[in-house]
Amino acid sequence: MEPQMKNRTFGRAAMAFSAAAISISLAACGSSGPAGTAASADSASMWGLTGGNQPVLQKSVTDWNSAHPDSTIKLDFFANDAYKTKVRTAVGAGQGPTFIYGWGGGVLKSYVDAGQVDDLSGYLKDNPDVKDRYLPAVLKNGVIDGKTYALPNNNVQPVVLYFNKDVFAKVGAEVPKTWDELMALVPKFKDAGIAPFSLGGQSRWPDLMWLEYLVERIGGPEVFANIAANKPNAWSDPAVTESLTKIQQLVDAGGFANGFSSIAADSNADQALMYTGKAAMILQGGWIYQSMKKDAADFVKSGKLGFTTFPTVSGGKGDPANVVGNPSNFWSVSAKATEGQKKAALEYVKNGMFSDSNIQGLIDSGAVPVVKGIEGKLAASPDKDFLSYVYGMAKNAPSFTLSWDQALSPAQGDAMLANLDQIFLKKITPGQFVDTMNATIGK
Amino acid sequence: MSTTSGSSRRALQTGPSGWLAAPALAFFALFAIIPLFGVLFLSFTSWDGLGEIKMDGLSSWTTVLTDPVTGNALLVTAKIMFFSFIVQAPISLLLGVFTAAGQKYRAALAVLYFVPLLLSSAAVAIAFKALLDPNFGLGAGLGLPFLAQDWLGDSDLVLFVVVFVIAWQFVPFHTLIYQGGVRQIPASLYEAAQIDGAGRVQQFFNITLPQMKYTIITSSTLMVVGSLAYFDLVFVLTGGGPGYATRLLPLHMYLTGFKANDMGAASALGVMLVVIGLALALLLQRLGGKNRNASQMEGA
Repeated sequence: MEPQMKNRTFGRAAMAFSAAAISISLAACGSSGPAGTAASADSASMWGLTGGNQPVLQKSVTDWNSAHPDSTIKLDFFANDAYKTKVRTAVGAGQGPTFIYGWGGGVLKSYVDAGQVDDLSGYLKDNPDVKDRYLPAVLKNGVIDGKTYALPNNNVQPVVLYFNKDVFAKVGAEVPKTWDELMALVPKFKDAGIAPFSLGGQSRWPDLMWLEYLVERIGGPEVFANIAANKPNAWSDPAVTESLTKIQQLVDAGGFANGFSSIAADSNADQALMYTGKAAMILQGGWIYQSMKKDAADFVKSGKLGFTTFPTVSGGKGDPANVVGNPSNFWSVSAKATEGQKKAALEYVKNGMFSDSNIQGLIDSGAVPVVKGIEGKLAASPDKDFLSYVYGMAKNAPSFTLSWDQALSPAQGDAMLANLDQIFLKKITPGQFVDTMNATIGK
Repeated sequence: MSTTSGSSRRALQTGPSGWLAAPALAFFALFAIIPLFGVLFLSFTSWDGLGEIKMDGLSSWTTVLTDPVTGNALLVTAKIMFFSFIVQAPISLLLGVFTAAGQKYRAALAVLYFVPLLLSSAAVAIAFKALLDPNFGLGAGLGLPFLAQDWLGDSDLVLFVVVFVIAWQFVPFHTLIYQGGVRQIPASLYEAAQIDGAGRVQQFFNITLPQMKYTIITSSTLMVVGSLAYFDLVFVLTGGGPGYATRLLPLHMYLTGFKANDMGAASALGVMLVVIGLALALLLQRLGGKNRNASQMEGA
C-alpha cells in the first residue's frame, strides 16, 4: 500500500489512513457476514461461537437442514471476543444474522431498546412445551421488562474452581475451603515451583470472575444487583473495596502464574497451565471442561481434574451455595429478519434445539443442558461426576448472578474490565476503581 | 533531472489529462473523504451503534479530552513513534546501503530481509505472541531463562517489545526504499571520491547520506505518520494491554467505538488522529525544505 506514495500525497494519504480506520473496520465487519449467509435467499442465518459447543451446534443444525430442506439454516462460527464486536456492528447496520447469540443481561437490553430483537412472549404462550422444557431460573435471564426476548440454547455455565489433583498430592495440599486457607496455600505452591493460580489476564474477563465471586461471598448478591440497577454510588459498597483489596493481596503474594497479564483465555493457554501442572488451580467457566476433555483427554479421564466451589470469606454475608457465571447462552430472533427466516428460526427452536440427540450431544461434550428431567442421562455419562456437580450447583443455587460484563451495559462493562485489569496490575487502588466505576453508573 | 527546460516543464503540465486521476479520486472520495465527514459529524453525536443517532453537541469531545486514557494513548503513541523511528531508521538505512551493491550474496540476503513484509500483521503478531509466551514460548521451550521473561505482560517492557515487532515487520520496507535511493546515486560521484582518496566511511557520510536526503525524508514520513496507523499488529499482540500500556490512539479509538460502543467519542478520537497525522506529514515536508525540486547533486 505504501510504496507508490509520493511526497505530496502524504497529507492525503495520512488522511485516508486515519479516516479509513473507522470506515474500513465497519465495512469489513459488515461485508463478510451477510455475504457468507446468502446461500439461499430466505434461509435463516445463525452465528455461533467456536469452542466447546461448536461441534454440538454444528451437528444440530446439520441434522436439522437434512431433515428440513425447505427451511434450512446457514451456520457460521466466530471466536468469542471477535463475535461480540462483530455481531453488534452487523446488527446496528441491519445486517445481523437471524439468530442472535447472546448472554442476556445489559447487552440484550441494548438490543431490545433499539428494537432489534423480537418479543418471543407470544411464541412461548402458543408453544407451552418450549417454555416447559427449561429450568425456570435460567429462562428468566432472557426476560426484559416482563417480556421474553431470548431463549436459552445450550448449557449452564457456572464459574468453577478447577484444580490439578496431581499437583495437590505432590505438594501435600488440601483443597481450600476458605479465603484464608487459599492464601496459606500460595507460598506452599510457590516453594514447589508451581504457580498457585492460572489466569488468562490478557482476555480480561477471567479477572472478573475473581471479583464476582469475592463480592458475592463478602456482600451477597444484593451488591451487584444494586450496581446493575444503576443505583447511585452502588460501587461504593464496602464489599467491593474489600474484594479488590483481597485481589491485590493475592497478586502481591504471587498467587497468579508468571506473566498472567499476557495469557489469553481465548487460546486456552490458561487452562493448559493447570492441566500441564505448571499451575495448581484455575477459576474459570464451566465451559472449559469441554475443551479440557478434548485437549487433555487423559488428564480428565484419569480423574486428575478436581473441581470445587469458590472458598468462603470469613464474616461474609453471601450464601456459600450462591453461584456466578453464565446461566446459559441464548438465541434471540432478529427483528430485521424476513418472515420466512423468522418462521424457520422459531421452527428450529421448537423442534431442532434440545431434540434428544442435541441434548445427548451436549452431555457427551461435557456440558449440562438447561432443560428439565435429564438427571438420568447425566448419571449415565462418563463425565457424570462433573456434570452432576454442575447440575446440582446450578439447580440448588439460591442466587445465580450473570457475569457482570454481560449484565451491565457495554460501556460500563468495558470500563469495568479495563479498570479491573489495572487493579490486577496494581496500577490503581481499590478506591480509584470505585470512584471511576461510580462515574459510569447509568451510562 | 536538474536540466528541465521551460518548454519541457510546460509539456509536463499539459501532458497527461487531469481526467486520468478521476477514477482514483472517485474512490478516494468514496472511501476516505466522505467517511471523514461522517466521522466529523458523528463526533458531535452520541450513538451506541444500535439505536438512533442523537445530536449531543460537544459532549463527546469533552469526554475524550478530559479522559486520562486519551492522554495516555497520546503519550504511548508518541513513544512508539519515537522509538520506532530511532530503531528503524538507522537499521534500514544501513541495510539499504548494504543490499544496494551488486554482489550476488547481497541480492540473496536482500530477498531474505524482504520476507517479513510479505506476512500479514496479524500473522506476525500471532507468531510473536506464541514465541514470547513466558510459559509455553521460545524461552520455556529452549530452557533459556533470559528469553522466558514476561515480555507482553510487563507494563514497562511491553512497549519495547511492540517497537521490536513493528521494526521486524517494517524495516524491510524501508530497506527497500533506501536500496532504491542508493542505486540512483550516480557511480561517477563515488569514482571521483575514490580518486580523491576518500575511504568507505567518508564516502558514506559525504556522498551517500547527502544524496539520500529526500529518500530519508520519504522514509521518515512514512515511519512517523505510519506510527499513527499501527493497529492490527498491536491489537492482536497485546490488545492494548497490560492495562493501558500499549493502548495506542487508533486502538483506543477502536476499543471505544466497538467494545464500549461509544461511537461519538470514538469519532472524536478519529478526528484527532486525522489532524495529528496531517500536521505531522506537513511538518516533515517543511523540514525537507520548500525547494524540493532542486538538484540533489548539490549536496555532494
